[in-house]
Amino acid sequence: MAYETVIGLEVHLQLKTKSKVFCGCSTAFGAPPNAQTCPVCLGFPGSLPVLNRQALMLAAKVAIALNCQIAKKIRFDRKNYFYPDLPKAFQISQFDQPLSQHGYLPVSIDGKEKRIKIRRVHLEEDTGKLFHQKDCSLIDFNRSGTPLLEIVSEPDINSPEDAYAYLTSIKSLLQYIDVSDCNMEEGSLRCDANISLRKPGAKELGVKAEIKNMNSFKAVKAALEYEQARQAGLLDSGKEIVQETRLYDAAKDVTESMRSKEEAHDYRYFPEPDLVPFDFEQALLKDIKSSIPELPGPRKKRFMADYHISDYDAAVMVGDKAMADYFEKCISIHKKPKEIANWLMGDVSAYMKEKNLTIDDLNLKWAHLTGMLKMIDDGIISGKIAKTLLIEMIQTGKAPAQLVKDKGLEQISDAGTIEKAVAEAIAENPGIVSDFKGGKQNAIMALMGKVMAKTKGKANPKKVNEALMKRLKGAV
Amino acid sequence: MELNKLTAHELIGILNKGDILPIDICNTLIGAVRKKDQGINAVVHFDDKKPVERCKALGNDKSGALWGIPIFIKDNICVKDELTTCSSNILEGFRPPYNATVIDKLLCSGAVLMGKTNMDEFAFGSSTETSCYGATRNPWDPERIPGGSSGGSAACVAADEAIFALGSDTGGSIRQPASLCGVVGLKPTYGRVSRYGLIAFASSLDQIGPIAKDVEDAALLLKVIAGHDDMDSTSVDMPVPDYPALIKQDIKGLKIGVPKEYFIKGIDPEVKQAVRSAIDKIEKMGAVCEDMSLPHTEYAVAVYYLVATAEASSNLARFDGVQYGMRPGQVTSVIDMHKKTRQQGFGSEAKRRIILGTFALSSGYYDAYYSRALKVRTLIKRDFDEAFKKYDAILTPTSPTPAFKIGEKVEDPLTMYLSDIFTISANLAGIPCVSIPCGFTKAGLPVGLQILGKAFDEETVLKIAHHYEQATDWHKRRPLT
Repeated sequence: MAYETVIGLEVHLQLKTKSKVFCGCSTAFGAPPNAQTCPVCLGFPGSLPVLNRQALMLAAKVAIALNCQIAKKIRFDRKNYFYPDLPKAFQISQFDQPLSQHGYLPVSIDGKEKRIKIRRVHLEEDTGKLFHQKDCSLIDFNRSGTPLLEIVSEPDINSPEDAYAYLTSIKSLLQYIDVSDCNMEEGSLRCDANISLRKPGAKELGVKAEIKNMNSFKAVKAALEYEQARQAGLLDSGKEIVQETRLYDAAKDVTESMRSKEEAHDYRYFPEPDLVPFDFEQALLKDIKSSIPELPGPRKKRFMADYHISDYDAAVMVGDKAMADYFEKCISIHKKPKEIANWLMGDVSAYMKEKNLTIDDLNLKWAHLTGMLKMIDDGIISGKIAKTLLIEMIQTGKAPAQLVKDKGLEQISDAGTIEKAVAEAIAENPGIVSDFKGGKQNAIMALMGKVMAKTKGKANPKKVNEALMKRLKGAV
Repeated sequence: MELNKLTAHELIGILNKGDILPIDICNTLIGAVRKKDQGINAVVHFDDKKPVERCKALGNDKSGALWGIPIFIKDNICVKDELTTCSSNILEGFRPPYNATVIDKLLCSGAVLMGKTNMDEFAFGSSTETSCYGATRNPWDPERIPGGSSGGSAACVAADEAIFALGSDTGGSIRQPASLCGVVGLKPTYGRVSRYGLIAFASSLDQIGPIAKDVEDAALLLKVIAGHDDMDSTSVDMPVPDYPALIKQDIKGLKIGVPKEYFIKGIDPEVKQAVRSAIDKIEKMGAVCEDMSLPHTEYAVAVYYLVATAEASSNLARFDGVQYGMRPGQVTSVIDMHKKTRQQGFGSEAKRRIILGTFALSSGYYDAYYSRALKVRTLIKRDFDEAFKKYDAILTPTSPTPAFKIGEKVEDPLTMYLSDIFTISANLAGIPCVSIPCGFTKAGLPVGLQILGKAFDEETVLKIAHHYEQATDWHKRRPLT
């Protein structure tokens, strides 16, 4: 039987502040264990938290970018539970009065824009990290007290693919507003998922499972696909779904039960008495709003309208802010957006992927890329040679004109040289010639290849084609 | 001259003349502690080498307000590298790697830290009987309790083992022992003194304050420890007045309220008599006293034991055996370690309060208990807001009874909790409040008068206290120890 899948996602995001959310310790990644700690983030008795203003600013920036309403009063709560990585045995978080609520994120799904509603965005502190050894466990509290933002969506997502699209969009948005490294491997972005199934058209939500322990967007998608199938199987065979928390095992690609609803914690939330509630200054809100750049949604629409590129191309271009910025710089001097987009999505992206680099890491000046495109337009090099030239440019950092000159990559347009190579190719390949004459139009491509081989790929393909046609037709 | 019997302001005068040195006072106190404390048990961590070294290191720059003056510290205030255990087995051996802000301020002012004083475990109690180091005895009658939870601080001041001391007050823990030991105890306004480094009992109620032999010393000590602290966001950014100078201003014409709810049945008749006489005296000195009402007083104890225990259950959750303090030897898992640490580390009153507070915050009970308590707390605070529109201060007894016998109430928590009936409201409302000696029972036990004031108006309560003290000699009487 077909079911409707209902998914809600909780994204945890480490904010890019210099110091922790309630003390002055550094948040830099990679320090020796417990080097970045103090009585406050170690939860020593008598220590007290003091809110980091920068963390609040970044949190509000995210909330505003997600179209949320910011609370008038900022208040924190204690979430109480015992765990060795939680040094105070409570986490300072926000419960019934979060920083912000009722937002949405536009997500492009199958070429259409869908608004996924955001239930709440709240600020809290991260925990330490446990390292289990053979006969003991060690704790590193460097991460303890790192500002963490929890972004909770409404159950508005209807498939694992859409969940993937939501995560990609949210990551892109967060990079645009420069609030986090969004690095899942270093743990600066984490995601838990709630999933349930229901009969199509049903109003009540089905019993949900919460899935944890996914360390990439692909893992989220895979875990949800597994869970969707598992729940459908249970429902088909008339069994009930148990409300529980399940862990995803990436190696086995399965989810496994971690704890049931009955075993769930009672967190005994109550207002944090060590932090006095305060009003969010309206002037501050204005400053934050003005610091938000053009976001991916509006930018995509502008790209489609101004540059006449497809929805797909525009989505790919704006998905990565650095790429979109690069794209627009290229357009500023080379007014052929589609051509630029094709190169960026094609050969440039392929190289980036192969070497695991970002466009900014890539040693490719945008003036060099556009210079190369102009040389193609001017007939100085062929498109085929350009592919080789691009790699040379990236590897040497040299300008295209310089490389073309040094390596003699200039296209051969000289009629005499081309005529000669064409004549030779026809003479040496009577079989292909007779195929062509017998009506196989494609045979001309084979002859084209022979001519290119003779000219080391440098012959102007348009001129070669003309010369071939003239000779072959003339000989008919 | 017995230096240990003097006040800080008297000692400052002598030190300034150069007749004595800080080490002379220090040695006298070391002698007094050695001689008397075996019978009183007020001091729990005492290493006489440390204050001697401090005296030697002080030098001759006498600019600090408390230069060369020794002070004892309640065992729940963190002193760097010194034992700070809240008189609990669970903090066995704990030496904090940092100073409480009040300790830094004392050191900056030139004070000499003498040692740590006994208290009810984690400040849970009104008798200093729940300490893991055993009960402190009242210097006026060793069969009796000194009050609590700052019983060690009050008793060592009363016994002249100390010049003055710091205590902490969550529901009366400075004022009630001050009253029962015949000394002065001040709970400042919530937010007046930084709580950074005070091991929390109930974060929204706790406040550090002085216990001293007279009001002038309390004013002097408050001036040193008060003020905003960047490390405590609940401390308030307001200028610190010159309390020792302000307390000398006239009290004529001040309007004073006397709430009828504080003279109820069950109050000891001798206490009632002493407090009434004190009120008459203050009226004769020119203040205008008037009977009035604080209608929500009767709910204070119930509200307090929900709010305070709820916060305590969360504040004390960190004592889990992971990072510091006691950890049992043989454990089978993390959960087993948590359980055994807390089973063995906490005494029974601490366990009772943790369980009570955990229950009050539990899902399904939160609205009926914790949330309701917060609402009633607002009503109690509103009573005071209304009263202080009309009155400059309020006078009441500090404790309904004089010091009771050791063991008398320890098995009966509800009766014990009623010892705080007159002191709790000031914490719930966050207002300043002082207890001063105002008489003795026929059996020779001290009685305390409580003076409550507007938030951040410590000067008015201290002023009234000082003028009353000047007109009486109760504060000069000392027990035979």
